[in-house]
Amino acid sequence: MTNAFLYALAGGGLFTLGLHALVVHAHLLRKILAVNIMGSGVFLVLVALARRSGETASDPVPHAMVITGIVVTVSATALALALMLKLAGKSGHTVLPDKHSD
Amino acid sequence: MTAIDYVTACLFILGGIFFFAGTAGLLRFPDVYTRLHALTKADNVGLGLIVAGLALQAESWLAAGKLLLIWLLVLFAGACVAHLIARRALRKGIRIWME
Amino acid sequence: MLEWIFDTVLGLSLLWLAWRALNSPDLFKAIVLFISFGLLMALIWVRLNAPDVALAEAAIGAGLTGALLLAALARLRIMTDRNVSGASTHLAHPASPAQPPAGSRFSCGMLILLLPASAAGISYAVWTLPSDSSGLSLDVAENLGSSGVSNPVTAVLLNFRGYDTMLEMIVLLLAVLGIWSLGGLSPRPERPAAAVLETLSRFLTPVFILAAGYLLWVGADAPGGAFQAGSVLGAAGVLLLLSGWHPRARFMQWPLRLALTAGAGAFILLGLLTLLFEKQLLAYPVAQAGRMILLLESLATVSIAVTLAVLFLEVSSDHKEKVKKGEKE
Repeated sequence: MTNAFLYALAGGGLFTLGLHALVVHAHLLRKILAVNIMGSGVFLVLVALARRSGETASDPVPHAMVITGIVVTVSATALALALMLKLAGKSGHTVLPDKHSD
Repeated sequence: MTAIDYVTACLFILGGIFFFAGTAGLLRFPDVYTRLHALTKADNVGLGLIVAGLALQAESWLAAGKLLLIWLLVLFAGACVAHLIARRALRKGIRIWME
Repeated sequence: MLEWIFDTVLGLSLLWLAWRALNSPDLFKAIVLFISFGLLMALIWVRLNAPDVALAEAAIGAGLTGALLLAALARLRIMTDRNVSGASTHLAHPASPAQPPAGSRFSCGMLILLLPASAAGISYAVWTLPSDSSGLSLDVAENLGSSGVSNPVTAVLLNFRGYDTMLEMIVLLLAVLGIWSLGGLSPRPERPAAAVLETLSRFLTPVFILAAGYLLWVGADAPGGAFQAGSVLGAAGVLLLLSGWHPRARFMQWPLRLALTAGAGAFILLGLLTLLFEKQLLAYPVAQAGRMILLLESLATVSIAVTLAVLFLEVSSDHKEKVKKGEKE
């Protein structure tokens, strides 16, 4: 078990933590935070696996994928925040309407 | 390890002690203003010591100069941001701890 | 041995920070913890020998995402203060951090099954991979000479996988279009900010531009590149917007749209040209590859910077809302 494997496990742990928070919390801002952390977990697994090709010569393809992923995540977060603000402005709630509550 | 490495290690440890002091201040001081004071003073000195240790290991005067610029930039930005936080806290009515 | 301890401490503090960020009752605290989570991630990227990713994460993941989240929270709080009657006032309050969704027994059961399953699945998948595998690094190293740059990550991003980067620029454009389709770009009057903030932005903006130019230029040989440079410039834009500057109405029409589409447009144009002349999408002629990459990167930097600043502008609070609140009191 190398150092990279430790970080890959941490990435899996981040993904699981984010998934838990995504399901459990009802507030939309917390869901957005949870999705971001799930994304960070996935990136950690990718880059940790890229370390397998040697100590100094890491595989650059996962690095490029993660940089792309970070930029896409920030745009998706901005769009999600704008949607949440619109929803809050129109309905006064920051939770999605419950189908079973009435 | 050469003599330079020993000096660098001492500077790092000293810088770490200052950072620790700043964090202890953040956790233990009674209100926003004193905490800001502890953070900016102690952390900036800590960063300066660490930058000094790194500058000793730098491969050229240019690299050491760049490290010094980083420290000055952090100093400047830290001071401005601390002022802004304190100003906002004052506006919101957070009282200064008077004892 | 010391490395093991260091890595374990880093990994555990990452998980602990993530747990605290997701589960702290106060939203402001949660966002600040998320920003420090991003900075710790940047440190871990450096530890994992990925400096380009570290630069991108520190600028975009920690900095810009944190700014967007804080701006959204501030706007939620303003909306809460306005809703004095009628509609529920718990917009910015956490309600209960662990409010179970409807049909709670089903979802509790699902969680108890799903979480350990996903954790076990990821760990198993990672464990069974061979611990020494060169992946695509050998292929990249072989073809690096003919790619026009010597930084392998830039070569992959802008040459070997240029198609992905083209689609990424289009995704950035789509985010802006999505936000604009929700409600237009409202003209904000300039509001004076604290003198210190104004001086800070006046001093730092040239420094930002210089740093962005340097990151763009050096990205060919050392860690850096278009995304890192674009995000530094975007941060400069966010700082300017925070200190009360608002671009003139004349700029908000065609020049803004040109800046937003320059990156994606350059990629598409170059793709069409290479399709025409080289019979393959985005296959640069070897002699010109370096120059083409620089051209694409420059336009992409401008696009990314303007896109990030516009995203922040749209999410941050509307001056009209604040004025209405002031008039009520």
